Amino acid sequence: MTWPEKTLPTTDASEKRSLGAGVFRRCDGCSHTHDASELARTFEVCSQCGHHHKLDAEGWRRLLLDDGELAQWDDHLVPNDPLRFSDGKSYRDRVAALHKKGRAKEAIEIGRARLDGRDVAYGAFVFAFMGGSMGSVVGEKITRLFERATREELPVVLLQSSGGARMQEGILSLMQMAKSVAALERYRKTRLPFLSVLLHPTTGGVAASFAFLGDVNIAEPKALIGFAGPRVIENTIRQTLPEGFQRAEFLLDHGMVDAIVPRPEMKAYIGTLLQHLVGHRQARR
Amino acid sequence: MAASILPFEKPVAELIEKVRELRSLAAADPRFEPELAQLEDNTGRLAREIFAGLTPMQKVLLSRHANRPYTLDYIKRLFTDWVELKGDRRFADDCSIVGGLATYHGRSVVVVGHQKGRGAKENVKRNFGMPNPEGYRKAIRLYEMADRFGLPILTFIDTMGAYPGIGAEERGQSEAIGSALAAMARVGVPIVATVIGEGGSGGALALGVANRVLVLEFSCYSVISPEGCAAILWKDGSRADEAAARLKITAPDLLQLGVVDTIVEEPTGGAHQDHDEAAVRLDKALWTTLSSMDGLSPEELVDDRYRRFRGLGSFVG
Repeated sequence: MTWPEKTLPTTDASEKRSLGAGVFRRCDGCSHTHDASELARTFEVCSQCGHHHKLDAEGWRRLLLDDGELAQWDDHLVPNDPLRFSDGKSYRDRVAALHKKGRAKEAIEIGRARLDGRDVAYGAFVFAFMGGSMGSVVGEKITRLFERATREELPVVLLQSSGGARMQEGILSLMQMAKSVAALERYRKTRLPFLSVLLHPTTGGVAASFAFLGDVNIAEPKALIGFAGPRVIENTIRQTLPEGFQRAEFLLDHGMVDAIVPRPEMKAYIGTLLQHLVGHRQARR
Repeated sequence: MAASILPFEKPVAELIEKVRELRSLAAADPRFEPELAQLEDNTGRLAREIFAGLTPMQKVLLSRHANRPYTLDYIKRLFTDWVELKGDRRFADDCSIVGGLATYHGRSVVVVGHQKGRGAKENVKRNFGMPNPEGYRKAIRLYEMADRFGLPILTFIDTMGAYPGIGAEERGQSEAIGSALAAMARVGVPIVATVIGEGGSGGALALGVANRVLVLEFSCYSVISPEGCAAILWKDGSRADEAAARLKITAPDLLQLGVVDTIVEEPTGGAHQDHDEAAVRLDKALWTTLSSMDGLSPEELVDDRYRRFRGLGSFVG
């Protein structure tokens, strides 16, 4: 069998927008031209139309965590290649190329942090790393997040942004859904909250495991959230999907999330939830 | 049963048909018996030869075979006192998942399985075995019932996947599957899952968080269909055979990866050639597996399941 070599882009499509970003950036919502530094200052929210551009994991740390600090757990875990998977480019090479760029070792970061004066176990998907896909490392880290939060009696705040299970690890990726949800079930016995924040996009195996099992589910404005990708659905039912389908507002209408919270209000919103749900056992510091 | 023969199984299927004919002759006239024995022998040998060399995609096609035994075919053969229970108490009864109570070797059990239809009409009713959220919510209801009444759970996995439709998204397909995983993780009764056909992604896993997972010899279990994988990787669904090989989805692969615990051998020519024999073989494996968990407390069963899935995955560090 021969494998034609695909011409691979040197960057992930997900990163294009921030790469080569010079002095100016055009808003995806209203096409307003911004000073790039201004968008960085507003955590990627357009001051003109309120459009939320993707905010990377580092940006979320700065936005949500006190002093922007996260004491990372299990940052040393990196992917193996259990299937020796290749689609023209090997999985190994793909991972190596991402590591070389040196940003993240995997598609999630977890750790202990303080949020609005309270200690939390915190996790955030790194979408730039293979579309935030969940393979063995992501599943393991989420499992450890819940296990350690159970031991250390911490509320869990998890920010999701993922295309779903990681195809390159095949069936083992699917098993991460069961593993992480089982850990969440154990965690529930602590009677501490799991706050699930659904960012753009949250689909597939991540959506269909822990993402909707939060004590509170919070979505970002206009985030695409759903089980099946829109193209898959269109191909199945052979009709065009209605405007706004699978967007955060659609989910709110259908009772799947508690609130849509704009980025500037996110920290205060989570802070208030923590006050209600853990205030009686953990004072603010 | 309507003839539906895949090209690669044709020589075997034809011989099996001859064996059937000769068997009915031999039943009336014992002089045919030596010839029958000889033919059975040859058929078995040819089937083993051909089936040993099947490609992963050919196994996928067998797992989807139109004549393959479905959940209700096994229910009929494995259990007595079958009482089907319907509905999720919230929206509808999803016929692509069947569930209920049954007697298995003298003990009551809860049974939940995907159900495909035979023929166009039944397939519309069963939605080709692709559940909507209400199917998973019915399953959750039954898992919880099993927990409350201390009944073991036996599940049968056979789906292309959860249905990707507008209504499914409106009613929370993601939440339904996630909640089914959680329910299976927490119940204090033994769970044995068997992949009897297609194990399609999250829609399959919602019946798969078990203490032990069995797989039939020509069943598959995958994070994505080979066609879907090929469409994503190469924008070409027709390269599914390549994707099937890369994804490692056949029974021996699954055993090697630790995703399943036991492979159940299928009758000569595949389970679809002999539903009775397929059920006899599954029964043996199922009963052995279920009995092996006798005496475990609810807590031990939950822990056992936790450990099983806790260990799955492969990473460095």
